[in-house]
This record gives sequence, structure tokens and C-alpha cells, in this order.
Amino acid sequence: MEWLAALGRAGLSFSAGLGRANLLLLASLRGLADLIWRPRLLFEQLYSIGVLTVLIIAVSGVFVGMVLGLQGYYILSRFGAEATLGVMVAASLVRELGPVVTALLFAGRAGSAMAAEIGLMKATEQLSGLEMMAVNPEHRVLTPRLIAGILSMPLLAALFSMLGVYGGWFVGVGLLGVDDGTYWAQMQSQIDWSGDVLNGVYKSLVFGIVCTWIAVFQGYDCDPTAEGVSRATTRTVVHSSLAVLGLDFVLTALMFN
Amino acid sequence: MSKTRRIEILVGAFIAAGLVALFFLAMQVSNLGSLNGGDAYRVLARFDNIGGLKVRSPVTMAGVEVGRVSDIYYDEKDFRAVAVLGIYSQFDEIPDDTFAKILTAGLLGEQYVGLDPGGSEQFLVEGSEIAITQSALVLEEVIGQFIFSKAQEGAQ
Repeated sequence: MEWLAALGRAGLSFSAGLGRANLLLLASLRGLADLIWRPRLLFEQLYSIGVLTVLIIAVSGVFVGMVLGLQGYYILSRFGAEATLGVMVAASLVRELGPVVTALLFAGRAGSAMAAEIGLMKATEQLSGLEMMAVNPEHRVLTPRLIAGILSMPLLAALFSMLGVYGGWFVGVGLLGVDDGTYWAQMQSQIDWSGDVLNGVYKSLVFGIVCTWIAVFQGYDCDPTAEGVSRATTRTVVHSSLAVLGLDFVLTALMFN
Repeated sequence: MSKTRRIEILVGAFIAAGLVALFFLAMQVSNLGSLNGGDAYRVLARFDNIGGLKVRSPVTMAGVEVGRVSDIYYDEKDFRAVAVLGIYSQFDEIPDDTFAKILTAGLLGEQYVGLDPGGSEQFLVEGSEIAITQSALVLEEVIGQFIFSKAQEGAQ
């Protein structure tokens, strides 16, 4: 009997959490109208979420591209197909690695910071303070972060893919002697704008919504204690990563079948 | 320089860099830069076997891309495959007795349609059909024929 009750309790609290997350999303979307009058709030968040994440995205993009170039060359040269190195690098970056790795890094770099910041605001009763001053904390604190995250993710993923393509180019053309013209020409003839690139952008938009939503919710919903904040930060990274990897499979199955 | 001003500049640079990256992906990585916008007229070609030909495979003439395969379907009446070739409209002086064959780029490369011009004074227009075609080379069939002929030689 006891374990049945425990199972029920777990199910109920899971559904209640999902419900709270949805209500929170709706509440912060209602803050969009306020945000138009205060774009400065959005710019500040774009800075701390987008600009500060650029460095890690750029460095990992270049290195992922370089590894792809190296490994791709190693395998393709066995079949005498080094000419398609550009296609391999670009297709794997634009379709999969760009959106997914960007989202994972974003969850670790920006998502955890967001959750910790909001959680600490809650623990130190700053959110209640805002409410006392008749400022809606959901509109003032959550909406700008949500929108900034959704806007930043596709831009970051595009940066990642671009630098990755150059990383692969550096290794393939610069170090291993693949022909420069073939690298780009094969890529251009095989990669489709709407089929490959745009689908990657849609993917990263979805990841942007999911990652920021999870971060904002975990921060806002945490226990207002030191332990609660730390648990919310951990949960943000874990849940975001799992959601990104799971959703990526679903999106890939829907887009590229 | 005040702090907000610095933030604004950095955010602007971030957004610009992201858009430049998207533009780069569009023009340099994908085929958007080399797309000959929708201006194409369609020509039908019937093949006994199209092998690995795909929609969007290139159509070339003397090695130059003059169009793309825009549609492929199976005609139940004469049991043949119909490839609809979208020829870019600037190539409007292709003789109507042109010969279409399915070729392979390299030994394992992708398949494409090659056009050999005929000598007619009439040109292909929207909806015309290429009468003379040659099917794709299916490697298994070629090897099968080779083995068969070798076996016959051995029997004699």
C-alpha cells in the first residue's frame, strides 16, 4: 500500500509541476506587452544570456569542426572520397551538432546562471519585494529572460555552425590537402537551404524555448533555501540536456524522413 | 563610455554576428546562392529505369548545369519512370531531338541527367517530351551480363 501511495504522490507532483510550468509560461508571455515599452530589460538579458555565451560557443564550434574534419578525412580517404569532406562537415554541423551542442552548452552556461539568479532572488525575497512595489515579478524578471533566450539560441547555433565549417576547412584544406574549391563546391551543391539550414534553425528555436523555459521555471519554482537553489541549478542542466537530446530525436524524425 | 552603452554595443555586435553567420550558411554553405530562382520550363523524359536519380539531381549539358530534376513518378500505362526536368529558362535553344541519358558522376557518385543536343531546328518548350533516352546503368545487371557471357564462353 505504501509504495502505491508513493507512486501516486510522485505522479501527482510531476503533473502539478508540469501545470505550474505551463501557467508560468503563460504568465510570462502576457508580459510581452510590457516588454515593448521597456526594451532595455531585454537588452540586458541579451547581453548576459547571448553575448557572454558567444566565447564558449565559438571555441567549441571551431574545435568540433576541426575534429569533424580530421575524423571525416580519415574515414573518407579510405574510399577515395575526400572530395565530400565539406558536405560531411557542413551537413552534420547544420543539421545536428550545431543546434544540439549549442543547446547543451547554453543550458550549462546560461541556463544554470539564469536558474541560480532567479532562485537567489526568490530566496532573498526580492521577488516578494517587487510584488510589494506593485511590480509584477513574472513580467519584470521572467519575460525578458525567456525572450532573450529564444532569440539568442538560433544566432548562437548559426555562429557555431559557421565556425565549425571554417574549423573543418582549416584542417581539411589547410592541413590535409583537400582541394579548396571542391570543399566549398560540393558543400554548396549538396546542402539545401530550406531542407538542411532552415530545419536546423527551427530546431534551435525549439531548443531555445525549451532550455530557457526549464531554467526560468526551475529558478522560480525552487525552495527558497541555499540547498533549494543549488538543486534547481542542477535540475536545470539535467532536465535541459535530457529534453534537448530527446526532442532532437523527435524533430529529426519529423524533419528529415 | 557608460555601462549601458557598452552593453548595447555588445548586444548589437552579437546580433549582427549571428545574422552574418546565418547569411554565410545561406550563401556559402547551402545552395541558396546558386539557385536559379523559379524561372524554369519543364520537359518530360521517360526512362526504363532511373536507377538512383533523385528529385533535385542536376541536369547537365556538356557538363554545365542547365537545370534540375523537379519531379519523378511512375507511369502505370507504359510501365516506365517519368522524370520531369526543370530547365532554366535562359537555356531556351535546346533542340527537340536531344538525347537524354542518366549518368553517374564518378564510380560511386550521385546520378544526374546528361543531355546531348540533336540537330533539329525546333527547340524544347514547356511540356515537350524528350523521345530518345538511355536508362541508368545498374551495376548488378552489368556484372550479371558479364558473368553470363563468361559462362557461355566457357561452355563452348
